[in-house]
Amino acid sequence: MADATVTDQVIEAGPPAAPQSRQIAYRHRLPTRIWHWINALTVVVMLMSGLMILNAHPRLYWGQFGANFDHAWVDFGPRPFPGWATIPSTYNLAAARRWHLAFAWILVAGLVLFLLTSLWNRHVQRDLAPTPEQLKPTHIWHDIKEHARLNFPTGDAALKYNILQKFSYIAVIFVLIPLMILTGLTMSPTMDAAWPWLLDLFGGRQSARSIHFLTAAALLLFIIVHLVMVMLAGPINEIRSMITGRFRVPPERSVG
Amino acid sequence: MISRRRFVATGASGLLLSGCDRLTHSESFRGVLRSAEKLTMSAQRVVSPRDALAREFSEADMSPVFRSNGTANPGTDEYAEHVAQNFANWRLAVDGLVARPLSIPLQTLRALPHQTQITRHDCVEGWSAIGKWHGLRLSKILDTAGLSTRAKYIVFHCADQIGKKPFYESIDLVDAFHPQTIIAWGMNNHLLPIPNGAPLRLRVERQLGYKNAKFVRRIQAVESLAGIYGGKGGYWEDNTDYEWYAGI
Repeated sequence: MADATVTDQVIEAGPPAAPQSRQIAYRHRLPTRIWHWINALTVVVMLMSGLMILNAHPRLYWGQFGANFDHAWVDFGPRPFPGWATIPSTYNLAAARRWHLAFAWILVAGLVLFLLTSLWNRHVQRDLAPTPEQLKPTHIWHDIKEHARLNFPTGDAALKYNILQKFSYIAVIFVLIPLMILTGLTMSPTMDAAWPWLLDLFGGRQSARSIHFLTAAALLLFIIVHLVMVMLAGPINEIRSMITGRFRVPPERSVG
Repeated sequence: MISRRRFVATGASGLLLSGCDRLTHSESFRGVLRSAEKLTMSAQRVVSPRDALAREFSEADMSPVFRSNGTANPGTDEYAEHVAQNFANWRLAVDGLVARPLSIPLQTLRALPHQTQITRHDCVEGWSAIGKWHGLRLSKILDTAGLSTRAKYIVFHCADQIGKKPFYESIDLVDAFHPQTIIAWGMNNHLLPIPNGAPLRLRVERQLGYKNAKFVRRIQAVESLAGIYGGKGGYWEDNTDYEWYAGI
């Protein structure tokens, strides 16, 4: 019956007659799935090669300049990041930069293509944009409490992003990844000459470098929470839905 | 006891890492990564006008201490002799694809009209320092020498060596003729200190620190970088695979 319920209308439950425990829905469109996996690989490579680059000068500053004799707001000590966390695994700034600056292109191209596609197929407007109902403080508070109790949405509700999901996906897509790209560009002396507003936007190259690091840390936090939620919500069903698009809808909880 | 999940996770990250290391050492994959350098250079050249200026700062913005990096002192007998003579006999050779090869005494260079700029120096390692540079435009030297139309790159030969290999760097004509590209003889209102490249260094303000060759004694105009040392256009490019185009 699975195929019968798969329509081009994403996030649509099967016919009501179907036994709920077996209901399969088409949950993620192809562009979303492709971008998800390309971006997952790209972000991991960016984070790990980025840590190797940070190994070269593991101090962060605020302002236009910053070097060894200036005040650093954080100093990680010499070569702080271990081999299992970096690309390559032994110290090599040149190779890390090759990885980082090549995959940066995939990050940029992927984000631009995903955004264009998702505006075109209305993924952004239909699935990511919060509804007025969802934005009510009582609703948000209710979702927070349900998440804290590990009560995840079931039935039809499981086919739509809940408000906490929407907030985190919007933050990643529209804030964190664009911030990574723009602060990365601000560290480029040529880009600072071409687009001097970058320096004004972030308050200098070293501030941009600090924001680049903090935003990367926020992305890492997102990835960790995201993976924990996938594990808690049923990893096989969740991962399958991001590969094939098909999602087995959790049956409605009987309200006692 | 190692849980199965832990075992699987460790194995997966190990596979990923050894995979990445193997890719790093694979010549064909490195070629793929390197193609990004050309893409970056083309894209940056498209979005930055030829004469787009690096930001110039005020005295108040300057680093209290401008750290030096790379060779602190070339340490050769020849250089030590120049230091002892206060660089009185230092000359800058200009040759290669030029109509009139030059050998300019340092004193003459310092007496020519010069410009002063307060700019940010960005090290490939991540740090930045803001300093004031005094020097003359490279384009004036090249115009005086009469650059051949065949010339595509300007190579800077330096007095220092790293592990017995002579240090050198190169830029193309877009950067060579940029209004902020100077041969600097002074820094922060003084003659250039030895750790910062005395008596002459290149300032190429839209690229990373390692392109800013120090202890410059010869400028050579060439059509191709292929015949020079390792052929990749600079000491770091030849020996550690740093990008030749260091705009980011």
